[in-house]
Amino acid sequence: MSSTTADSHGQTIDQDHSDRLSISAFIGTYVFSRDHKIIGLQFLFSTLLWFLVGGLLALGIRLQLAWPWEGMPIIGKMLFSAEGGQISPEFYTTLFTMHATVMIFFVIIPILAGAFGNYLIPLMIGADDMAFPTLNMLSYWFMWPAFIFIGMSFFEAPYGAGGGWTSYPTLSVVPEAAPGSESAQTLWLLGVTCVGISSMMGSVNYLTTIIQMRAPGMTMFRLPLTIWSMFITAVLQAFALPVLTAAGVMQLTDRIIGTGFFVPEGLIVNNSAPATGGGQPLLWQHLFWFYSHPAVYIMILPAMGMVSDIIACFSRKPIFGYKPMVYSLCGIAGFGFIVWGHHMFVSGMNPYLGMTFMVSTMMIALPSAVKTFNWLGTIWGGKIQFTTPMLFSLSFVSMFVIGGLSGIFMAATPVDIFIHDTYFIVAHFHYVLFAGTAMAVFGAIYFWFPKMFGRMMNEWWGKVHFFFTFLFLNGTFYPMHILGAVGFPRRLADPYHYETFSHLQPMNQFMTLCAIGMVAVQVIFAANFILSIFMGRPVGRNPWGANGLEWSAPSPPGHGNFDFQPIVYRGPYDYGSPEVDADFYPQIQPPPEGAQVAEEANS
Amino acid sequence: MGRFWSLLFLMVPILGVGLFVLAIAGTELPGLSLRDHWLPENINDGGYIIDDLFNFIMYLTGAIFIATGIALFWFLWKYDAAKNPNPVKFVHGSHTFEVVWSLLPAATLLFIAIFQMDAWANHKMRRPILGPGPDGIEHTADDELKPAMVEVTGRQFEWRIRYAGADGKFDTPDDLHTVNDLHVPVDEDIVIAIKSQDVLHSFFLPNLRLKQDVVPGMKQFVWFHANRTGTFDIVCAELCGWGHYKMRGQISVESRENFDAWFQDEFKEQGRTQLEPSEDEE
Ligand SMILES: [Cu+2]
Ligand SMILES: [Cu+2]
Repeated sequence: MSSTTADSHGQTIDQDHSDRLSISAFIGTYVFSRDHKIIGLQFLFSTLLWFLVGGLLALGIRLQLAWPWEGMPIIGKMLFSAEGGQISPEFYTTLFTMHATVMIFFVIIPILAGAFGNYLIPLMIGADDMAFPTLNMLSYWFMWPAFIFIGMSFFEAPYGAGGGWTSYPTLSVVPEAAPGSESAQTLWLLGVTCVGISSMMGSVNYLTTIIQMRAPGMTMFRLPLTIWSMFITAVLQAFALPVLTAAGVMQLTDRIIGTGFFVPEGLIVNNSAPATGGGQPLLWQHLFWFYSHPAVYIMILPAMGMVSDIIACFSRKPIFGYKPMVYSLCGIAGFGFIVWGHHMFVSGMNPYLGMTFMVSTMMIALPSAVKTFNWLGTIWGGKIQFTTPMLFSLSFVSMFVIGGLSGIFMAATPVDIFIHDTYFIVAHFHYVLFAGTAMAVFGAIYFWFPKMFGRMMNEWWGKVHFFFTFLFLNGTFYPMHILGAVGFPRRLADPYHYETFSHLQPMNQFMTLCAIGMVAVQVIFAANFILSIFMGRPVGRNPWGANGLEWSAPSPPGHGNFDFQPIVYRGPYDYGSPEVDADFYPQIQPPPEGAQVAEEANS
Repeated sequence: MGRFWSLLFLMVPILGVGLFVLAIAGTELPGLSLRDHWLPENINDGGYIIDDLFNFIMYLTGAIFIATGIALFWFLWKYDAAKNPNPVKFVHGSHTFEVVWSLLPAATLLFIAIFQMDAWANHKMRRPILGPGPDGIEHTADDELKPAMVEVTGRQFEWRIRYAGADGKFDTPDDLHTVNDLHVPVDEDIVIAIKSQDVLHSFFLPNLRLKQDVVPGMKQFVWFHANRTGTFDIVCAELCGWGHYKMRGQISVESRENFDAWFQDEFKEQGRTQLEPSEDEE
């Protein structure tokens, strides 16, 4: 390394000096970079690694549910030699707590906003970087204390945090209540707080950048839906996150200095009486869900935006109903703040309040339905190219329908009495978050990979990856609806000793086998991803024939993104326009003479 | 390959609906038993409406699931770039369609929301009453509410059960204590007070379509009207710690005579053990 930089920096610099220069240059360029593209890739690589961790944790849960107490093959012996390789019930609670924590806070939220938001926002609006590059860098580096805290929490003695990702008091506050509620829960709270700080920095940056730094001609209604969705997501984060952060601090002070926000009087936990009292456990649930319901939209809106762009591109046709798409995003954001109580229908919250939340929750299904119909409208009458990103995006639509419709069961309060906290809800959010968001993220990776690295990922292996992931994910998650209908509760280390559920083990074994298959085929993705960075087919600026501004920059874009000043003439969805011969019409392409007059008269 | 992918997406509604049909029918196939893979038997008079709503929503969403699935398949099949010679339709949307597919779901969703309110009120707001109270009108604020015959307290990891006894009052010498063993008479309105001593639990009776989180510091009431005798599970449905999975109780629905006989037996038994040096209450 030192010799190459010495060469590029010229021979006049002496060896020692150039060595220091190259190291600091390397750190400045690739480690503490202020370039939104490097930060985006840092988020992408980190989150993909955590995706692997989260997946392996899920396999631990699935193994226990398929063959309770039989222990993990091979690694079980290493991890729990004391228990003969068995998953202990304490460790089981840590497993599902950490699976959710990792997937939500370290994978889905940062891969959407952190990785794709960072990488795409300046490129798609024609800016040279984010508004606040240093803040942007900090938003990535604040993830590291979070990684470390949660990692420490997992390995903390006697057991890692086990209060669920929802961390409901009093279980999570009173140390005697669970082995994971000793010091591990404090570490967990610190970790989540750091994620919150990171997201907060990111969202401020995204909002400013999108409002202030659009290229000439890039009006708000010429923004790609990806950017609109990132914008709305940033609004949600900016307004909802402070509440979670405050709640987290309250739980911390309850635990550390005995404030008693969430602990009522007169408890006897595990034969000892907590010193504090006077609080209300439901308060935490209100505060937590006031953030975490908007958060479920933070976890899906960017995916919806990216899928819209990919589907329009490979249908070679304008997006159907651009403005309704934008308005439904806004509608989701607005409604998103008044539905949190649907997580609390049977929590002990006033049932009159439950009725109000039921009505608002029913109504929030509406914008999602509108979006789905518009995606179908986009495909209708197009010329569909079945590329890998398109297949993943189509599967997003297909699977999101399932996840959206199953939500209506739970919005219906009387039905929710029965299916609340059963596998029906587990099915619902895995259809939204894995079959929906994660599949969209795969599609987005295949789609924007050539922009990020100047090379294509292998299409054939991409389709193999899609086919088996699609198959196995349905094999894993679809039967959960059936389990939920029987009332099969979530978070039980061994549900089969209940008479009602004892016969459900074979179905769980089938699901576990599918889950193993699903994790295994990700090897194809990992190999394709890593090998393509170095050996993929090199491509030019616009391999897909897409309209967005990012496709007019070099692949990969250099520092400052554009080697010319982009000027925007139209929205990003004029595929198949009769005005030009090509089946796409980039945003930067000036209209032909004569057409310009018509265009101006139109707008 | 467009044909292959279209058909793959067609498999989603076909297999999706298929599995539900097989499960509802309780199909017995070689290597695959789906017996009892659906809503467990309901024995609560108030529970049928929950099953009806579940089914109603299932048929409604099922129709949308099938319709969108087939539309997706058909568009993919028909507009495959490799097979479709026609130029793309250069349209940016349709005002009429947007209005139709906003208003229709909005009306449907609002209908479901209003339609189910009565069931919700019956389950969570309209506790059984003994009489209409001083104003002589039922379902007003001064109704004389039916008191709880039994109190269930969740604690890690068991259900502590206490009957008020003949005097209908708790904390009197005729209270009966049991653990994880709840008995109730059939064909009567039963009111239960539920509490927690330590952390959140959830009092879940799958066969009575009843679920209510028990919250430390709060006393809540649940009610039902069982219409058949038998023994059923009490499940804890809210994470309460490492032993959450084993927090299992039993509810026995019995005829009034059997219930009274059981109560007398248990009460005598309790009297005997109380005279002996007490075994640790834990
Ligand atoms: Cu929610
Ligand atoms: Cu429990």
